Amino acid sequence: MNRSILQLKGISKNYGTLEAIKEIDLNIFEGEFFSIIGPSGCGKTTLLRVLAGFEITDSGSLYIENINMQNVPPNKRPINMVFQSYALFPHMNVLDNVAFGLRVDGVARGEQTQLVKSMLSLVKLSGLENRLPHQLSGGQLQRVALARALIKKPRVLLLDEPLSALDAKLRNEMRQELIRLQKSLGITFILVTHDQQEALSMADRIAVMNDGTIQQVASPSYLYEFPSNKFVADFIGSINFIECQLSEIDGDVFKFITKISKDAFTVEGNKSLRIGQDCWLGIRPEKISFKDSYVVNPHHNKLSGVVTNITYFGQASMYHVEVTGEKTATINVMENHSQRSSYTTNKVGDSVVLCWSTESISVFTS
Amino acid sequence: MNQQQRKNCQNRIFNYFHQWWFRVILCCTIVFLYAPIIVLVIFSFNDSRRNVTWHGFTFKYYEKAIHNNNLIEAFLNSLSIAFFNTVFSLILGTLTALLLWRFRFSYKSVYEGIILVPIIIPEICIGIALLVFFNLCGWPNDLPWPLNLSKITCAHILFSFPFVAVIIRARLAKFNLDQEEAALDLGANHKQIFKNVLFPHLKPALIVSSLLAFTLSLDDFVITFFMSGPETTTVPIKIYSMVRFSVTPEVNAASTILLLITIVLAAIAIWIQRGWAKEVEKS
Repeated sequence: MNRSILQLKGISKNYGTLEAIKEIDLNIFEGEFFSIIGPSGCGKTTLLRVLAGFEITDSGSLYIENINMQNVPPNKRPINMVFQSYALFPHMNVLDNVAFGLRVDGVARGEQTQLVKSMLSLVKLSGLENRLPHQLSGGQLQRVALARALIKKPRVLLLDEPLSALDAKLRNEMRQELIRLQKSLGITFILVTHDQQEALSMADRIAVMNDGTIQQVASPSYLYEFPSNKFVADFIGSINFIECQLSEIDGDVFKFITKISKDAFTVEGNKSLRIGQDCWLGIRPEKISFKDSYVVNPHHNKLSGVVTNITYFGQASMYHVEVTGEKTATINVMENHSQRSSYTTNKVGDSVVLCWSTESISVFTS
Repeated sequence: MNQQQRKNCQNRIFNYFHQWWFRVILCCTIVFLYAPIIVLVIFSFNDSRRNVTWHGFTFKYYEKAIHNNNLIEAFLNSLSIAFFNTVFSLILGTLTALLLWRFRFSYKSVYEGIILVPIIIPEICIGIALLVFFNLCGWPNDLPWPLNLSKITCAHILFSFPFVAVIIRARLAKFNLDQEEAALDLGANHKQIFKNVLFPHLKPALIVSSLLAFTLSLDDFVITFFMSGPETTTVPIKIYSMVRFSVTPEVNAASTILLLITIVLAAIAIWIQRGWAKEVEKS
């Protein structure tokens, strides 16, 4: 682990005047399940195509196991890709599809069949060798596409939105399947997706992209708990942003005044901020709780408002609380229903006090 | 809407099929279209020199047609022209379609339009134009067989290859480019991609368009009429000249054979195209 397998240094790609990716630096380790996520048009697919060799970069260099791959065509790279559309060959049966990579490499017929058989049993498709793609279900097509790419024993496997065409139940199944395959084969997987749940549940590390640049690379939990900027915080999960101004610094304790209601919040930490600076305090809905106003812990921040709407999810409810002062803002609060009950604690129109611990706040300068 | 309701609804929309006037029109149309052809076929078995009244069943005129050396020669000419026409139209048409599909260049739409012009131009104009053209460039007339057919073959290629190009182009438009990238990604070179991915995709279109080119060439009369000479008659020209002497059942027999070949080839083309439509539906 931690041996770098893929290195990108200052990779840029333009389409005419459009900068699809800008100066990307990235280090991907051997045997890791890496995920690239971002909104559509952020350049994640372009980045994947650069890795596969389908796009010629305008600047920067790409190393695979310390070998410069800049001028190596796609068919000579130790990388294989699973396409979003699967791109199976419709006139070939499952066996020929999976064997394709071996056939063009001139592997002997007998050995081909041997390898295909074992690969098909790995992806649980044994017995379907003679089916044509149009005779397979979506999940099976996905497995064939995986088998076809994996049989080449690539150093890195690229997956372009591989689960987007599957229904919710199958998608969940395939997630587990992909993790199982990746761990058992030890091949580096790079998964491109716009679905954060997919990335959070599968990847060892995630790169969040926006507007052609990488915003943050971190493990799923680190990314969720310590987003490095407002975009990442907003993109991963849901979050409330409270507009504030820094009013006091006392050692490690920062004191903010919210622009909504002039309440004061304290945050502990080590940040380079100056007094008077405008900031955004980010706080996740599930980290906020309702408290009776007389038992507020002095270490907690608090804010009062009125419940305007409740969205019921079953295992939890989302309360939309309107906080009114000089400005009006809506704060979302997630409350888990840990006990079985047919009613929720607060109703629409109730005045509530929201509170949260100072550690659960992230501070962003905008 | 459940299955039954949908069926009822369909019945209501198309229920004029069950009305008598619709059936009468339908019958009249079919009779009008096919009665002459059926009569032609029936009278090819007529045991009479004059083709007016029915005198009894016979295969005599088929035998006569088969033993008519001039007719056989015309058949051989027709088949060779159709064969060479098919080969060259297929090559030209496929290359044209690939060019139009693969590359971007200036005035591409103009080029695309020009390719289709031979389909639209009246055949008589093409015939006269080619007659003038071949005279002007001094194309030799006394070449040995089968080179003496080159004029007709060239003319047939001219109007056949646009059809091939259109069919192949339509098929190429359905090609998923991801497949090409997938093949490249799996280590295939460009030759292997063409052979293993693109060619199998084009195969049904190649078969359909070659059958089309073959039949177009086989039954062309107008253009061929301007190109043919005494040594280079084709079946339609030969039948026409036979009719000018007298309409014997032999003419009917020869026409029926030509008809049969055309129908069989067209049926094969339709059958292949159907399979192709099904495949597209599923993928």
